[in-house]
Amino acid sequence: MKALFTVCRKEILETLRERRTLFSLLLGPLFGPLLFTAMINITVSRNLTSLDEVLQVPVLGAEHAPNLVAYLRARSIDPIEKHEVTDVERAAELVATGVYDVVLVIDESFDKDFGTQRAARVGLVFDRSKSRAASRVSRLRGAVDGYGQQIGALRLVANGVDPSLLRPFVVDELDVSTPASRSALMLGVLTYFLLFATLTGGLHLAIDTTAGERERKSLEPLLTLPVARSSLIVGKMTATVCYMLASLALTLVAFTIALKQMPLEQIGMSSNFGFATAALAFGLLCPFAPLGAALMTTVASFTKTYREAQTYLTFVLLIPTLPLAFATILNIEPEPKLMWIPSLSQHLLITTLIKDQPIDPALAALSVASTLAFGLAFGWLAVRLYRREAILG
Amino acid sequence: MIEVSGISKSFGAVRAVDGVSFKAADGRITGLLGPNGAGKSTCLRILSTVLKPETGVARVGGIDLAADPLAARRTLGVLPHSSGLYQQLTGRENIEYYGRLHGLDEAALAARVDALIERLELGAIANRKAKGFSQGERTKIALGRALVHNPQHLLLDEPTNGLDVMATRHLRDWLRELRGQGRCVLLSSHVMQEVEALVDELVIIAAGKVTLTGSPAELADRFPGRSLEEIFVEAVRGAERSAA
Repeated sequence: MKALFTVCRKEILETLRERRTLFSLLLGPLFGPLLFTAMINITVSRNLTSLDEVLQVPVLGAEHAPNLVAYLRARSIDPIEKHEVTDVERAAELVATGVYDVVLVIDESFDKDFGTQRAARVGLVFDRSKSRAASRVSRLRGAVDGYGQQIGALRLVANGVDPSLLRPFVVDELDVSTPASRSALMLGVLTYFLLFATLTGGLHLAIDTTAGERERKSLEPLLTLPVARSSLIVGKMTATVCYMLASLALTLVAFTIALKQMPLEQIGMSSNFGFATAALAFGLLCPFAPLGAALMTTVASFTKTYREAQTYLTFVLLIPTLPLAFATILNIEPEPKLMWIPSLSQHLLITTLIKDQPIDPALAALSVASTLAFGLAFGWLAVRLYRREAILG
Repeated sequence: MIEVSGISKSFGAVRAVDGVSFKAADGRITGLLGPNGAGKSTCLRILSTVLKPETGVARVGGIDLAADPLAARRTLGVLPHSSGLYQQLTGRENIEYYGRLHGLDEAALAARVDALIERLELGAIANRKAKGFSQGERTKIALGRALVHNPQHLLLDEPTNGLDVMATRHLRDWLRELRGQGRCVLLSSHVMQEVEALVDELVIIAAGKVTLTGSPAELADRFPGRSLEEIFVEAVRGAERSAA
């Protein structure tokens, strides 16, 4: 037991002294929150743009429909009448190359057809694959449709028909999502950042204590000491877990600070992510650290050099994404039969936490117990591998 | 006292050590001599308990390695082939780490490390990180590390590898001093001239088998008119011929 602590303390001290590894330790905690802040800010600015900004739209043939143009102008859509758009082909070209998001084309015979039996024609040129432009296109379409409905209603009234006859029923939408649950979609990505930061925190040590020690030729003398090999490897894994927990804690603190600065309310989201929530999240994610440490150490045990281990462990970093991807695609809710899957169970619990819903203690216990059991199994495997003669390479 | 009788070890189809037996007495320096790939390192690795022999018995200080490897390791100081240090630890910390893993208490450890630093003339490098050490400095620290628990038995695998003349001379002096303290020193080498002046007992090993044993003087008597190097070369050739 004393040897175990000696090993653990030495590994922690040695890693602390290496600037390169400390840097990579900080990378995870900073990378997630920074990327996240950027994502939220882009969403916010995009949503605000489409609501308030005057939308400038080149209009081809504006002279054929002055009333429509005036109607649009009243809805803060600014029809540009002098522009390089000369015909529909040119408009398509300019939209395809991204000069404009959308071009309104008013048919040459619009004014001739308007008010006759023939429907007057209006065209929208846009690129559906450009999701950035989608809100602008739908805004313009809404305005044009609105104008059409208004004219239609006036004509019905003029002919002595009640316009409401054309609307046999009205669809009422009742969106029951709360601000917190809407934010969950985006904040759900957070779980992955947290698991990722936990793993990267221990990446260096998991490699260094196995493949690294072998590559530097310091393993053989270590194995001639009167210490059980299980004490050595468990000591090393304990040090790895310490760094992983430190990385997780740092990431949570960074997220808590970052989320407080973000204008989440402006896009209809609210975040309850305070330090109390962060502490609870830490508790729920903790058991993932021993599992990750044991898994990474086991994988690194098979490799001969630091570089080789790095290559394999990159794949290990991707493992927690698999259950997360399924959970997002299938929109999975927490239920007992899923809570034994590590990383998925953490994701479900953290998502519940962010939605501000109560966490079922039984589900949390199941997640913790199962993840720890997996950790023990991999830990046992790592010890077995460390006892082999082939560990010397 | 180190006793080895009939040990064998294979790696896949290669029989690295094939029924090797020899003894290394206390207060003597025994040299395990052989060409590259003869099985010297494997023998030493079996004695340092990191490998297990398939046949035979190895004892260190009367302790059967198979029965109680931990007890045997307490009496063993090991300097493996190209042993690495922890780069981010100072010379002193590298030695202290091993002392703690040997279970020394802090007071005894401090005294012991101070003594080693003085004897091995490590003063200048003791408090520097091992990162920039020369080969000679690394070997000094590794030797200090191997001696930190005051072991009765010392195993050194090609200890003079990569050392310059001065460092080699120092190493020889220390080994003679350890012999003078009644310790059992077993070292390996593939260069006859290097061990000629140092060892009391020679065990020549080739193709996994012991081909010749005796003190340099005895060997000189048995093969009059030939240099030790000629004797070595012939012993090795004979063994390799019969193996092939």
